[in-house]
Amino acid sequence: MTNTAIKVENVSKSYIKGAISTGTLSRDIEQKIVSIFNPKKQLALKQDANLVWSLKDINFELKQGEALGIIGKNGAGKSTLLKILSRVTTPTKGAIKGNGRIASLLEVGTGFHPELSGRENIYLNGAILGMKRHEIKKNFDEIVDFSGVESYLDTPVKRYSSGMYVRLAFAVAAHLESEILIVDEVLAVGDADFQKKCLGKMGSISKGQGRTVLFVSHNMQSIQSLCSKALLLNKGTMQGFGNVQEMINNYMQNQENNISLIDRTDRKGDGKVKVINIHFIDKKTEKITNNLYAGMRLVFDIELASNQFKISSNLEISLGISDQYGNRITLISNKVSGQTLHPLTNGNWSQKIMINHLPLAIGKYTITVFVASGGQIHDWVIDALPFSIESDSYFGELVHTLPTGQGSFYLDFTYL
Amino acid sequence: MKEQPKYDWTIKSENPWFKLDLVNTWEYKDLFFLLIKRDFIAFYKQTILGPLWFFIQPILTMIVFSFVFGKIGNISTNNLPKPLFYLPGIICWNYFAECILKNSTVFRDNANLFSKVYFPRIILPMSIVFSSMVRFFIQLFLFIVILVIYSFKGFQIHLSITILLIPYLLILMAALGQGLGLIISSLTTKYRDLALLVNFGVQLLMFSTTVTYPLSAAPNNFKFLIELNPMTTILETFRYAFLGQGTFSITAILYTTVTTIIIFLLGIILFNKVEKNFIDTI
Repeated sequence: MTNTAIKVENVSKSYIKGAISTGTLSRDIEQKIVSIFNPKKQLALKQDANLVWSLKDINFELKQGEALGIIGKNGAGKSTLLKILSRVTTPTKGAIKGNGRIASLLEVGTGFHPELSGRENIYLNGAILGMKRHEIKKNFDEIVDFSGVESYLDTPVKRYSSGMYVRLAFAVAAHLESEILIVDEVLAVGDADFQKKCLGKMGSISKGQGRTVLFVSHNMQSIQSLCSKALLLNKGTMQGFGNVQEMINNYMQNQENNISLIDRTDRKGDGKVKVINIHFIDKKTEKITNNLYAGMRLVFDIELASNQFKISSNLEISLGISDQYGNRITLISNKVSGQTLHPLTNGNWSQKIMINHLPLAIGKYTITVFVASGGQIHDWVIDALPFSIESDSYFGELVHTLPTGQGSFYLDFTYL
Repeated sequence: MKEQPKYDWTIKSENPWFKLDLVNTWEYKDLFFLLIKRDFIAFYKQTILGPLWFFIQPILTMIVFSFVFGKIGNISTNNLPKPLFYLPGIICWNYFAECILKNSTVFRDNANLFSKVYFPRIILPMSIVFSSMVRFFIQLFLFIVILVIYSFKGFQIHLSITILLIPYLLILMAALGQGLGLIISSLTTKYRDLALLVNFGVQLLMFSTTVTYPLSAAPNNFKFLIELNPMTTILETFRYAFLGQGTFSITAILYTTVTTIIIFLLGIILFNKVEKNFIDTI
């Protein structure tokens, strides 16, 4: 039987919204004096204080060697949970029990001093993360090797490039010898190659060395490949705990509910044809999905509603795709391809558009929808739907992706 | 029978009002020494003159004091050569002031570190006190060199047995500076206006003790107030140990010891109270 590594019991965390105190000493003393003479007023003050529960009744148990993926939207409480687990802050209620040393990696390079050399920073950072001197010494060569900065070891880190800095920082953290490792989304830094190396290292930590890993990520692909269990958080409460695939599906479904376009009011046009919703369908499985990857055969399923729409001239339905910086990358439009659509005059109908080999690189994008006919705009929603490309198999599985900064789409090239 | 599982550690919401977890802190002793090393290296790496600054500052202060208080103000130096009178005061006060000032911003300066990784928080303020001690020792060495030079010029050194008290005085200064600094830093997380007070407050405080004048020169009705400052005993004993001039009394030392312990404990208590949830309030 394996031992329990971490047991989380009824952990809750509340914050007081707004001012913690009045901010100045004299006003605080004044209030204290008032509250001594008038306890009722003090009570009123306490109730007024706006308590926000950022975590509520979290319960789970992890055995040694398990890897837990913590998923949830922004503000779901993932970071708060990690902070409590790494003892940076305390829970308001509940307790966490566990066995073995905890090391947490909420940020790479915490405590790096820009004036110190790489060598000195390895020791300092290691010690801050809880390593003993002899442990760092033992792993020193491995750390340097992993980071690939050996020729700059005696240079102050302020002269490092940001890539070198991150590599060195992760290398130190990756060689922690704790039984429990807590990792926040640190893999979002560095280039794709290094991210892959980090993921590999994390995999060997949990699977190879039998250590317990808790891992937060928005990247479902890495959660899937690394974790043996998952915890789904939503607005501070536990939505589920257990099977990774199940939790990821739940999370995706949750997200889907969010993208209903119907409630958007910031749209232009006369509304004779309105876009109600857009789904992504993976042609391979014929199922609705949010797990998009470069190279997939993707179908945009656009749900529309017509209201006394007269088919006078050609209807145009366009999808403009922009990257996360708002640059328009491309436009999908039947006006460009010269195809004629067959809309309904009244009622709901759908228009499907197939992309044979999705050429978008990993990243975040938004879709702007535009519906018009005969110079008349019917519906126009800017940034109607965000989506992200999570992984890449444009040139097949396990092939290198586009490096960061080298553009956002692929040409369908072959070397002859 | 079901076996009750045992756990190495528990994280709970309870906030013990006094905790100095020595076992846990000892585990992090390597971090403690590395922080001291970091402060030292970082200090001289950023300067052109490097470690020379350790000497320049007290010597310049000593010259200014000799001129302003000695020559213009004509304040007595107990018949001691002015450099020998002022230097010990400057060195001790420097150390004490640095402990207060650096400790008083410990939360603000390390907010990022505190919000990202756990280690016994007390290590940071403690490392400050000790890394400042390096500077103190270097300056003490400077004082001894000057003392030897003066003795060659014919000045009679009166080393007394109280010189054995120097380590103890140093501990008192460290604990006092640490305690006061921690009290201030704990309060400044809530009340930012206090931080403004600290800088010039420490400067003004220097005149409430015997850095620029001997206790014997103080008017009798003020003497009591000056003696209330625990630093006075430390400075007077320090001078007495090396120069044979000044006031030395066991009662004063006992008073200072008790005051220091109270302030130190209060500082630790407040620090522990703030440290737990400080991250939620910044």
